[in-house]
Amino acid sequence: MIYREAGQFKTSYASDQMVFPILQDRWCIAAIILLAYAIPLMANEYWLQAILIPFLIFAFAAIGLNLLVGYAGQLSLGTGGFMAVGGYMTYKITTSFPDLNIIVVFLLSGLLAALVGLIFGLPSLRIKGFYLAVATLAAQFFLGWIFNKVGWFYNYSSSGTITAPPRKMFGIMIAGPQASAEVRYLVALTLVVVFALIAKNLVRGKVGRAWMAIRDMDIAAEIIGIRPLQTKLLAFAISSFYCGVAGAMTVFLWLGSAETEAFDIFLSFNILFMVIIGGLGSILGSFLGAAFITLMPIFLTNAPPLFGLTMPIDTQKHIEVMIFGSLIIFFLIVEPNGLARLWQISKEKLRLWPFPY
Amino acid sequence: MLYNVLIAPFVDMAGSPVFFAEVVIGGLLTGVMYSLVALGFVLIFKASGVFNFAQGVMVLFAALTLVGLMERGAPVWLALILTVMVMTALAFAIERIMLRQLVNQEGIILFMATIGLTFVLQGLGETLWGSNVKALDVGIPNQSFEVGGILLNEFDLFAAASGAVLVTVLAIFFHYTRIGRALRAVADDHQAALSVGIPLKSIWVIVWSVAGVVGLVAGIMWGAKSGVQFSLSLIALKALPVLILGGFTSVPGAIVGGLIIGVGEKVAEIYWGPLVGGAIENWFAYMLALVFLVFRPQGLFGERIIERV
Amino acid sequence: MSESHARIGGTLLKVENVSLSFGGVQALSEISFEIREHEILAIIGPNGAGKSSMLNVINGFYHPQDGVITYKGETRKQMRPHHAAATGIARTFQNIALFKGMSTLDNIMTGRLLKMHRHFLWQALYWGPALREETEHRAAAEKIIDFLEIQAIRKTPVGRLPYGLQKRVELGRALAAEPDLLLLDEPMAGMNVEEKEDMCRFILDVSDEFGTTIALIEHDMGVVMDISDRVIVLDYGRKIADGTPDQVRGNPAVIDAYLGVSH
Repeated sequence: MIYREAGQFKTSYASDQMVFPILQDRWCIAAIILLAYAIPLMANEYWLQAILIPFLIFAFAAIGLNLLVGYAGQLSLGTGGFMAVGGYMTYKITTSFPDLNIIVVFLLSGLLAALVGLIFGLPSLRIKGFYLAVATLAAQFFLGWIFNKVGWFYNYSSSGTITAPPRKMFGIMIAGPQASAEVRYLVALTLVVVFALIAKNLVRGKVGRAWMAIRDMDIAAEIIGIRPLQTKLLAFAISSFYCGVAGAMTVFLWLGSAETEAFDIFLSFNILFMVIIGGLGSILGSFLGAAFITLMPIFLTNAPPLFGLTMPIDTQKHIEVMIFGSLIIFFLIVEPNGLARLWQISKEKLRLWPFPY
Repeated sequence: MLYNVLIAPFVDMAGSPVFFAEVVIGGLLTGVMYSLVALGFVLIFKASGVFNFAQGVMVLFAALTLVGLMERGAPVWLALILTVMVMTALAFAIERIMLRQLVNQEGIILFMATIGLTFVLQGLGETLWGSNVKALDVGIPNQSFEVGGILLNEFDLFAAASGAVLVTVLAIFFHYTRIGRALRAVADDHQAALSVGIPLKSIWVIVWSVAGVVGLVAGIMWGAKSGVQFSLSLIALKALPVLILGGFTSVPGAIVGGLIIGVGEKVAEIYWGPLVGGAIENWFAYMLALVFLVFRPQGLFGERIIERV
Repeated sequence: MSESHARIGGTLLKVENVSLSFGGVQALSEISFEIREHEILAIIGPNGAGKSSMLNVINGFYHPQDGVITYKGETRKQMRPHHAAATGIARTFQNIALFKGMSTLDNIMTGRLLKMHRHFLWQALYWGPALREETEHRAAAEKIIDFLEIQAIRKTPVGRLPYGLQKRVELGRALAAEPDLLLLDEPMAGMNVEEKEDMCRFILDVSDEFGTTIALIEHDMGVVMDISDRVIVLDYGRKIADGTPDQVRGNPAVIDAYLGVSH
């Protein structure tokens, strides 16, 4: 009853194609965005630093990976590597050109990541499926090695770590040791909102349709005139751009400093989990999946004390890992189309609520 | 510079052939170990179409169980039998709890489920048996000896021999037995296999058990060589380029692929590694596989996928 | 008999001595025929005769070892899929090749992809030129949806549609490209009588209203005889007859190979 769409007619194609065609949805999104911006007033440092900022960054990366895997159907396990490109190149560019606005540097390193993604995406014309996934692992390991070995990337520091130098924008410190968690959160939030909208625009237009056509049946797509190589390469490039910017955000807006371990294969798997659990081919799903994976370890760490259970840290860690794995399996069994599909189903039920049929 | 990359390494190789032979043989033997792990992958993929990322952790889990049992006083032969039983029980559990629910889902979903399984088995193994490095000694002879000036090791030869035996047995099994044929049918199409009466559930239990035993053999080899520890599960990642080279569905491919990767890696690391600071082994196998894929997308022995409209 | 008979024009597509083999299998042997503008040509023959392969050659999906294809005056040894699509060849497939993850509307819109030129950066903003282009093509897609009477299912993911409707959507996607040459591979396979009648009506309407040249593979002889202007018969990769439906019906070679004699 609350969620009824009756009476909302679309009188133009443009209004039918809006991101949120239903009025209630528009209100909800506006409320969520307002709430998101208001959070720094309420949340404490821990929540911002340990939960919200990583959530935003992971959502950003998950959107990027979803574009490649969920929409274009190209399985990639190299996400960590592309994020590393973003992180390290941002460091390099900003230390070489300290006066350049840091957000601009983010975008530039995103473009560099896109270029790298383009190169590693070239095999996708000949290789498909799992073979392609393993090929992207080549990107992951090679990039991880290069940022470790080649001193130029980390300005020859002896530890191999890159550290975010202090950077201001509009007079406020947004990166570096003195940047407050609130400011960093707001910057990340803005980037996420803007680029999520861009991603949504891409997928509901001709680019998204071309990607989905290649995903669903690439031979038929080729026959109706879609060029497979260009379409796939565009997917790799845009996806890597997103991952690169996410990597830059990781170093500059979250961790403050990083080594190649921060961008290892486990990160790639994590982002892939987010995409799959959240829902392949769904921008909303990327957010839901990121939330799930970010919150779950925290929940698992904090839940046992609530039940009065105490265990040695070691055992607890191992059991957490087990539960994490089991939850993933459970999830894939129950809803292989991800949280986004569950959300869709509940919306359908909401339309009729409180009438069961 | 170009001289260093293109000429010098070969000069080195020719200059000390004995050392080169040792490097190659070392590579071959490592390759056999990779092949053992890849074999488990191939089995499961061939028979159930599932890309079992958990194969690596199954190697670890099998080795952990074996060592754990031996630590508690079981003699080697008993520990081996018990471990095989444990792996079979594990296969039952996996089939019941996971595979049955995911019949005919898309490949990527099954793949992600096996990654989840990896976490579960890892956590379980470490909870049950602890996470310290353990030494594993099942009594395989470990003497070094010389042949024609080249240093060899009994252990390595034993590993190679076991690999060869396993492969032969499995190859015969797949091609000539009724069960083998049923396994191939299942790999092609779950629902079609069901419709001709092939008992999917039993097939899967069989396959995963066999893969578990293969994993145990691999675990013994690796564990005896470098101790049983967490990093063993990462071997799975190395087995992937082997699969690419050999083709995901080919038993001989796993062997040949493993050997090529093993030798390639070692040679690259020793002769070209120093030029770029070492640790080439991290990614060389993948690059090699990648280049290979571009020319032959289905691997050396894999099945050509013909697409029809 | 088709009413567009009178409008039949010059040669649109000509295939000369095309041979195609896969390894040891000879799919097509020295096939020559032509398709004239505005006509409806039926390609018939037993299973495995090479009919789908012939369409695939015209599309550029298969590359023949021998022979040439002349389309709109240009002669080439092989077609390229992108070029075929860009110069007005569209088709449907024997085993429906719809994009199962997308809705009916989206599938039909993919048919218009070649006509959408706005750069992806404009797409990212979804405003101004990109929005205008999107709306314009949406209108064109809606016209086809109206024509095929599938308004009710426009937002349904095609994977959920019954077979007959899927075939209709696939026709819609081909029509969306505003093709000059429409290739239909067994458009009525698996349909009941009513659905076949609907499909026939659509095909004839397409020919009448848009003047599209149509080549179709079909097994239902009633349909073939009714709607086609000319018929080509293939058997084991060779052409064994070429003429009007009546001519082909009486041809002894065709009767032997395919039609059989009524008792």
